Amino acid sequence: MWEYTDKVKEHFLNPKNVGEIENPDGVAEIGSIACGDALKLTFKLDENKRIKEAKFKTFGCASAIASASALTELIKGMTIEEAMKITNQDIADSLGGLPPEKMHCSVLGQEALEKAIEYYRGVPSTVKEGEVICECFGITDKEIEKAVTENHLTTIEEITNYTKAGGGCKKCHDKIQKIIDTIYSQPATEPEPKERPKLTNIQKIRLIEETIEREIRPSLKHDGGDIDLVDIIGNRVIVATRGACAVCPASQQTLKGFVESKLRELISPELVVEEVPQ
Amino acid sequence: MKATYLDNNATTRVAPEVLEEMLPYFSDLYGNPSSMHSFGGQVAKKLNDARQKIADLINASPDEIIFTSCGTESDNTAILSALAVNPDKRHIITSRVEHPAVKSLCEHLQEKGYRVTMLDVDSKGNLDMEQYEKSLSTDTAVVSLMWANNETGVIFPVEKAAALAHEKDILFHTDAVQAVGKIPINIKETAISMLSFSGHKIHAQKGIGILYLRRGTKFLPFMIGGHQEKGRRGGTENTPSIIGLGKACELAALNLQNENTKVISLRDRLENEILKRIPNSKVNGGGAPRLPNTTNISFEFVEGESILLLMDEYGICASSGSACTSGSLQPSHVLRAMGVPYTMAHGSVRFSLSIYNTDKDIDLVIEKLPPIIARLRAMSPYWNQGTACENA
Repeated sequence: MWEYTDKVKEHFLNPKNVGEIENPDGVAEIGSIACGDALKLTFKLDENKRIKEAKFKTFGCASAIASASALTELIKGMTIEEAMKITNQDIADSLGGLPPEKMHCSVLGQEALEKAIEYYRGVPSTVKEGEVICECFGITDKEIEKAVTENHLTTIEEITNYTKAGGGCKKCHDKIQKIIDTIYSQPATEPEPKERPKLTNIQKIRLIEETIEREIRPSLKHDGGDIDLVDIIGNRVIVATRGACAVCPASQQTLKGFVESKLRELISPELVVEEVPQ
Repeated sequence: MKATYLDNNATTRVAPEVLEEMLPYFSDLYGNPSSMHSFGGQVAKKLNDARQKIADLINASPDEIIFTSCGTESDNTAILSALAVNPDKRHIITSRVEHPAVKSLCEHLQEKGYRVTMLDVDSKGNLDMEQYEKSLSTDTAVVSLMWANNETGVIFPVEKAAALAHEKDILFHTDAVQAVGKIPINIKETAISMLSFSGHKIHAQKGIGILYLRRGTKFLPFMIGGHQEKGRRGGTENTPSIIGLGKACELAALNLQNENTKVISLRDRLENEILKRIPNSKVNGGGAPRLPNTTNISFEFVEGESILLLMDEYGICASSGSACTSGSLQPSHVLRAMGVPYTMAHGSVRFSLSIYNTDKDIDLVIEKLPPIIARLRAMSPYWNQGTACENA
């Protein structure tokens, strides 16, 4: 016998909001009798665009009935934006938890809510995105990826508990494992490089002049040196060294390591600094 | 709340007479039956008495009885021994509806390279005998077919199947865990080589199983250890349980008549009243030869776990072949093999009776079950105002 919390038992024995709303603002039917659980969710909004009423019908076990009942209670009074943020974990938490093997019942509730909101927003019903991985239950790679990332799942067993994928003939276990491996082998996403506006030649020349004046020359002068901007040809920045830099044996390092890298950092990574003879 | 226990294919209550018989062997009479002293010798004598009673229930000889720990161990021992004594043969025949003790082992052996034929059943649960006959080959090491199905109670013609196997010199094993004690078994008149059964299904305690091994059958033990059971199963005997099982077998022999008069009449009344009072319900295995105590009924468009938990509120204990009760995600492999549609398979309930059930038990189910089904159907998206949705 499953170890159900008192809240699960209460929602199962005395489910709230059983039924179907006529002319609903949002409606969704998901699951199938073949899979062993199905849920029909309907809701209606009030004049302030808050969910005034939510009802469900379900074919399923105690967890499925309790999850649907809890979901309808959770979303009452919410705006659509608030309801959109409900996760399957919120549903499970509101029941004081579900047995791990029954977490898919909370996922069923969340999916029904998403679909009902899509209906309200006029999003046309579409064919499932992605490649079907689990033929027994018709679960796609996208659905598995979503469950893995949202619930931090790491094993096939956990994925089966949350999505049912892999719970039938088990032939898809290798594919599921590959999805897990791919998700967890990806390095932490690096920050996107800053988008730089496309510059005209005049803008680029002006920016290079300004950057040399403001960011580069003061540092060089500090050490008794200087540079003059001689020309700009495409991405080639032609300079001449002055003062201490003109006689410094390390002037090339200064031009590349400091001047060029500063211009690349602040203007364009394609810029190349070249020195002309004095 | 008193339990109305209708789940006797899962396990049975220990008969008071059995408990009484066992008790001294937990306390005063704790000797080891293998010991040379008389303190152990008196236990050995009692053990042999029990062996005789157990053998008598199926008309076997006492030396053909091997004590094991459970039905699963007996099934595993039989099949693995048959393969071990036939090392050149790589084919196993079984059915799609076997108990996991056989089915899972055969699937495991298939992964190890054995060729396994899983025989089909028809919509009533009857074995495809034509397919069976065609499957028997010179490469077949063993046939393992259950005598009666644990979920539906459907009885397989194992005596005929064993005779066909015997003609081709193939070892035949039957998992008779559900059949022993419910239908008469006269093993001597069959060609069955090995038979398994278990104590806790016939009012003995859990943890004791039996493997019948026909005299002269080649055998290699699964558990190797001491000289117990003539070296066929090492390990000190579970004496209280064996002695209890001896008593349970004696009682079962006396109650066989009751099983086939009282129990069958209770079962039939339960079944008929349910079918009469609840529309869109159907007996799985109805029309096939069945055990007297079992009925498996599907209720369309509702889910089994929900039915069980609502019945549990009234103390009614039954089982379901729905996926949700087992932690598995697929409904009963037995019902699916019979072609029972999902609309029915998910909503199946098994009632299994015993001689301890009464008319009052049946009355309670008949009273409480119809409103439970109606309540769940009112909640089901597939059920529309008393009739099934056309598109479900």
